[in-house]
This record gives sequence, structure tokens and C-alpha cells, in this order.
Amino acid sequence: MSLRDRIGRAADSDIWFSFKASPVTMVAAGLTAFIFLAALLAPLLAVQNPYDPASLNLSDAMKPPVFFGGDWSFPLGSDDQGRDLYSTILYGTRMSLFVGLCCVVVAMVIGITLGLVSGYVGGAVEAVIMRIADVQLTFPAILIALLIDGVVRGIISVKRHDEIAGFVIIVSISLSLWVQYARTVRGSVLVERNKEYVQAARVIGLSRWLIMIRHVLPNVMGPVMVIATINLGVAIITEATLSFLGVGLPATQPSLGTLIRIGNEYLNSGEWWITIFPGITLAALVLAVNMLGDWLRDALNPKLR
Amino acid sequence: MNSMTIRFGRMTMAAAAMALGLGTAVPGAFAKTFRWANAGDVSSMDPYYRNETFLLAFLENVYEPLVRRDKTLALEAALAVKWGQTSPTTWFFDLRPGVKFHDGSPFTADDVVFSLNRASTGGSNMKAYFASVKEVRKVSDLRVEVDTKYVDPLLASKWAAILIMSKAWAEKNNAAVASDATKNEENFATRNAMGTGGFIVKERKAGEKTILVPNPAWWDKPGHNLTEVVFTPIANPATRVAALKAGDIDMMYEVPPQDTDNLKRDANVAVIEGPETRIVYLGWDMERDELLESNIKGKNPFKDKRVREAFYRSIDVEAIKRSVMRGQAFPTALMVAPGINGYVKELDKRPTLLKSEDAKKLLADAGYPAGFEVGMDCPNDRYVNDEKICQAVVGMLARIGIKVNLLAQTRSKYFTKILRKPDSKPGETSFYMLGWSPAATYDVHNVFEALIQTPNATTKKGQFNVNGYSNAGLDALADKIEGEADTAKRNAMIFEATKLYVDDYAYIPLHQQAVIWASRKNVDLHQPADNRFPLRFVTVK
Repeated sequence: MSLRDRIGRAADSDIWFSFKASPVTMVAAGLTAFIFLAALLAPLLAVQNPYDPASLNLSDAMKPPVFFGGDWSFPLGSDDQGRDLYSTILYGTRMSLFVGLCCVVVAMVIGITLGLVSGYVGGAVEAVIMRIADVQLTFPAILIALLIDGVVRGIISVKRHDEIAGFVIIVSISLSLWVQYARTVRGSVLVERNKEYVQAARVIGLSRWLIMIRHVLPNVMGPVMVIATINLGVAIITEATLSFLGVGLPATQPSLGTLIRIGNEYLNSGEWWITIFPGITLAALVLAVNMLGDWLRDALNPKLR
Repeated sequence: MNSMTIRFGRMTMAAAAMALGLGTAVPGAFAKTFRWANAGDVSSMDPYYRNETFLLAFLENVYEPLVRRDKTLALEAALAVKWGQTSPTTWFFDLRPGVKFHDGSPFTADDVVFSLNRASTGGSNMKAYFASVKEVRKVSDLRVEVDTKYVDPLLASKWAAILIMSKAWAEKNNAAVASDATKNEENFATRNAMGTGGFIVKERKAGEKTILVPNPAWWDKPGHNLTEVVFTPIANPATRVAALKAGDIDMMYEVPPQDTDNLKRDANVAVIEGPETRIVYLGWDMERDELLESNIKGKNPFKDKRVREAFYRSIDVEAIKRSVMRGQAFPTALMVAPGINGYVKELDKRPTLLKSEDAKKLLADAGYPAGFEVGMDCPNDRYVNDEKICQAVVGMLARIGIKVNLLAQTRSKYFTKILRKPDSKPGETSFYMLGWSPAATYDVHNVFEALIQTPNATTKKGQFNVNGYSNAGLDALADKIEGEADTAKRNAMIFEATKLYVDDYAYIPLHQQAVIWASRKNVDLHQPADNRFPLRFVTVK
């Protein structure tokens, strides 16, 4: 199939149609794209590298935003260590998005694998995996993330905390999110495995793994994509919450959540900008991603068509 | 002298008292519950767990020393009614008759001998106050005598920091030896208390809340009108401020400087401020041949004076004062604050700041042209804006090519990590922040003996010399200063010793911090300059 055919097919699809029909979705998509782009190009757009302590000057601390008595060198003001908030938000968003995307990918890989295996193999394997999932579903995701984070911090040497903080966060959030994928995939596999095309594949002697990956998997990806989109928002919020609680990314490499935590200490003392601007960015990002997820769910759900 | 008492008009108080009365639940119509909060919890209920102002200040309400400090910080009789020297090297303490512990058992000389021995052995962190002591003995039930190795005119004032425990209680509960904080040890006395003081620990949930009730059988006449005291640690400063403004707490200890103005504008809140006798400073490991947390192997950069000078002269204390402390700090070059006996004004001049090229050149001369990496330990709930100061230091040192890996953690973990072990072995730090106030004696000798003299397990000197700094000349001077009675000679020696550690760049003194407290206006309290908070002077209207 040529590229032109593919584009033609995409432009003709139901999904594209429903996208064009929903202005809210288009705005959400635009906003998401904008934030992604800004985060990606942060080193070019920022006026300062806020993660490099040598570039900070304490005498620049607590400058107000430009229309509130500040000047253009700190358009959104600066925080308590003299970090330019505009640059820090760019870098922080980058950090939040990076962590969020990694979490989703890792959770998706774990969840899909376990879901496929338990759905297709069945028996004792399925029972074990699904009971673990059941138990985990009874805890809120944030609690599990906190638990894993706490255990890992207890094990690793203290001085390496900062270096691997991001990695710990990704692992702990991923491990708290995989259940949804596993359950959904397993459900879809149970439906798909008895369909004719699977039976046909079995008859011509394909191996179980090949059938699972080449035939069953593509047919269960629809719901998985929906969960992934919505989970991106969840992962970003969870990371922000952990950072806000002080167990996430360190203050020397602030993510949006860390920035909000730092700013929160000054909320009563008049320096509102340190917490408000990252807060708005976080809210806009998560809202946009969630709206995209909602739309995708509706578009892919045949019952709502 | 720096202390102050505050009183306020009656109108607001009546209203506030009514609100308070409604808020308090069961304990009687005239219940006066006093709720207060601080960033961190009291580390332990054991008075020898740590030689830390906040811990001692809290426990002084439950336990009592032989002699205590009054409102003006002068010594006054507590568990001892009379004390003095029978010979230059013998002290006596005549004990107060009829005093009872909270469980009703009588207080005698046995308890005093037991407590002094407990405080000077085992895991106790109070050993520094026993450097001169040879023997403590009971003469009668109400008299204790102490032999010292040499003349120690400051013994009684040092012991204002030693709180007396019940011997029978400690022995019965297997807590006769002080637990070792550097090993995270615990025993019964860590979570329970049995003293003679004006308040009894009714409930203790570590990290959550501690409830005290007045001791009805106290020997002293209470200057307070409280029926219950609730202490809660609230880590986040904004939450603490909000709780005070909303009236959920009656008093907050250590207000963050950034919130002072805001609180002053609140009609229901009184802000109480004064300079504290505490110096906040930075130190480094000068003892090990290789730093624990650094990329430099085989040698210790802090042994080189040029490295220390480059660090010292790259830290802009004025910027810290302005931006982090909002002006609520007094930068200093000495390890003692003005107001402490032995403060040398002529030497309290910080050397000028170096340009980063010049500092880098010093480092290059010392053999570190590319700078180096070092771990730094910092508390995040002990001193005013401690973590923020450390972060600022990280930035300032980054400019001269030093990569600092900051570890800021809660005070109990932080102290456990950095402080010297009871056997005088060095703590696990390479670069750290600490604060010190010679609050027991108000004399510079305490600073020399505890912080600057060479650490020695037998003489008990240098117990808080986390640096492991060792200067034979200073050691000799400090020993002579201890027993010298001639003020002029003593001051000359103090000058000389001070100059030694200043010229050596042994430490980086940052500033004397201001003590800022805030309370609801219906609370009347007393703030001494040593930042202790005696509950016996608190009245709620």
C-alpha cells in the first residue's frame, strides 16, 4: 500500500471524521501538541538551564512576573533559588512528560504481556496473575507507588537517591498502572481466542506465541490505546503528587509537582507565582490529554456510533 | 536581656477565649488547652539522646535539672536548693527535700548520681558536659558531691543542661543505659518519661503528637494556667502558618522568615522576634585520608587550606541573608554570637568574596583544576530555612567547579548520620551544615571544648567536632581558658585561640539566626534568647 493510499484511508476513516466533528477535541489536540513541542524544544526556548546550579544567582530569587512589578528577564518571575520560572516550567514539563510517557510504555508492556498470557494460556497461570491484579486493584494507585518508592529508597544507598529518583518514580508508577491493561487485554483475548481466524491460524499449525502476537494482539489494541491515553494523564498527575509529597523528583531537578511543592511554602507569603504557573501548566496538560483520551474512547466504541 | 514578655488588650482576648472554650471538648469548664507546633518532632523522650536545643527545651518541662535558668537566663535553684564549691576541685549540691517523681516516688541523691552517670556513659550525647568530672558521690539522701580533675568554675551552669531521671523507673524498665542515637537504638526511655517537672507526658505518638498535662504535685508554683498541652509536628511551613491563622494551633515555634510580614498583618496573631545565640555554620571532614562522598580518591581535599579558603570565600552570606533569610540573619565570621562571653568583635570580619576565577585558581593550585564532587548533608527541619540555605550553597559552589550532591533530610536521620559516635569515631559526612549555641554556659569555652578541640574519647572533648579539626596550639589554649580566673589573661587567650581557627578556615560560619515565634494574641508567653520555650510561663486567656 502506498503512502498516498494510507493517508487516503486514514482521512476516510471514522476516527478522522469524529475528530473533525469535535472542536473541543481539536483544541485539546492542539494544546497537547503545543505542550509536547515546547517540552521537546525546552533547551532552545529556555533562557536559562534551571538544572545547572552554576547558572543560578541567588540575588535573582523571588522576582515577580513581568506584569506584577517584574521585568522581562524573568517573564513569569523566579523561585526561591533564583531559577527563572518560565525556563523551569519548560524543563519541568519535559520531565513530567518524559516520566509520564515512560510509565505508560512500561505499564503497557507489562500489562499486555501478562494479559495476553493469562487470557490465552488460562488455567493456573491465569488464576495467579488475575488474583495478583485483583489484590492490587483494591489499593489506590498512588498508595502502591508510594509503597514501592519507599521500599526502593530504603534499599538503595542514600547518596544515589537524586541520580535514580526519576527511574524509581517510573518503576513505581508503572507497577501501579499495569493492572488495567492486563485486565482489559485478558478480557478481549477471551473473546477473540474462540473466533474463526484464531482457530484457522491454529489449524495451519502456527505456534501459540505467533498467534498471540500476530493475530490476537492487533485486535485488542483499540481499548489498550484508550487506556494508554487516559493513563498518560494519570501518570503525570501521580508523578506530580509524589513530587508534591516530597518523594518524587528532587528540588535540584524540579518537575511540575516539585515546583508546586516549592511554591506552596510561599503561598501565604505573597509569592504566588511559584506555585500558580506550574499549577496551570499541569492542569492544562492533564486536561488536554484526558480530553483526547475521552474522545478516543468514544470514537473507538462501536456502541456509541 | 533579649527576652521579652508580651501582653495584649483584653477585648480580642475575651472573644478568642470564648472561641477556644467552644473548641475544647471535655476536660471541664475552665480547660485551657495549649496547642503548639514545630517543623519537626522531639527526637526522643530521653534527655541524653541528643544535645540538641529543641529536645532539651521540650523535655525541661517534664524533667528538671539541678539548677535551671530563670527568665533572664540567670541560674536559679531547681532540684538543688544550694550549690557551690567546698574546695577548688570539689562541688556540692544540696537537694530539694520533699520532691516527688510523677509516679509519686521520692527524689533523692541516688537519682542524681544515677542520672549524672547515665549522662556521661553509654550512648549518651551529653558527655561533653563531663570533661572535667572525676567522680560523683552521694553524701546523704539530700547531698551530692562532685570531684573534678581540675578547677572547673562552670560546672553548675554546664549541668543546667543535664535533666534528672528516676533511678528506680529507669532500672525497672531496662533503660539504665542511654541508647545510642547514632545507631538508632531505642529503649523504654525513648518513648516514655519519668521526671519531677511541671508537666507529665500523658500521651506520646512519635512523629504525630505529644500530650502533656500539668503535674499536680509539682514542688514549684506554676506560672501557667494550662490544663493540657498538645504538641504536633507540622513539617510544611505554609501549613503551619495556615494552622496558626485559623486558630488550630495557639503557637508556632520558628516561623519561616518569608511568612513573618504576613503574620504581622494578622490581627489575631502576635509575632515575637529576637536574635538567637545560635551560629549556623558549614563544616567538612578534615580527618579521614579519603572523603566518604567524593570523586577524589586517595586524598582529602579539605585537608588543604587553599580548598577551604576557596569554599569559604565563594559563599555569599549577604545574598543568603537577603534572599533566603529575608534579612532575618546576622552574618558572622565567628563560631560564637555577640552576647556570649568570649565573643571577639575585632575578629568578626569575613574575608572578601573571591571572583570565581580566583577561587578556581586556588583550587587549581591545590591540585583540583577541574574542581571535584562532594556529598553534602543538611537538615530540612532543624534550622531556619536550612534546606534552602544548602541549596543556595550548592549553586554558589557550582560556579567554582564544585559539584555538590545535596542530601537534605529530617533532623533525626541527619543527626544520626553526621554526628560523631559515642566512642568518638567520626560521623558519616564529608560536608555538612550544623548550628550551635553554647546555651549551657553562655561562654566561648563551651564552643572550643565541644566543637573545635581535637576529638578525644577519654577527655570527652571535641564531641561535636564533626570536622575532626585538630590544632595542638588551640587545644592547649582552650584547656588553659577553662581554668583561668584572670579575665584579662583569659580574654587574651580567647583572642589567640579564635584567631587560630579563623585563620585556618576551619569552619564556614554563616550567620546568627533570628528567633521568630508567633502565637495567637490570647496567649501570653516568654521567649528567652536561647530559643527555649518554657511552658511554665505560658498563660492562655
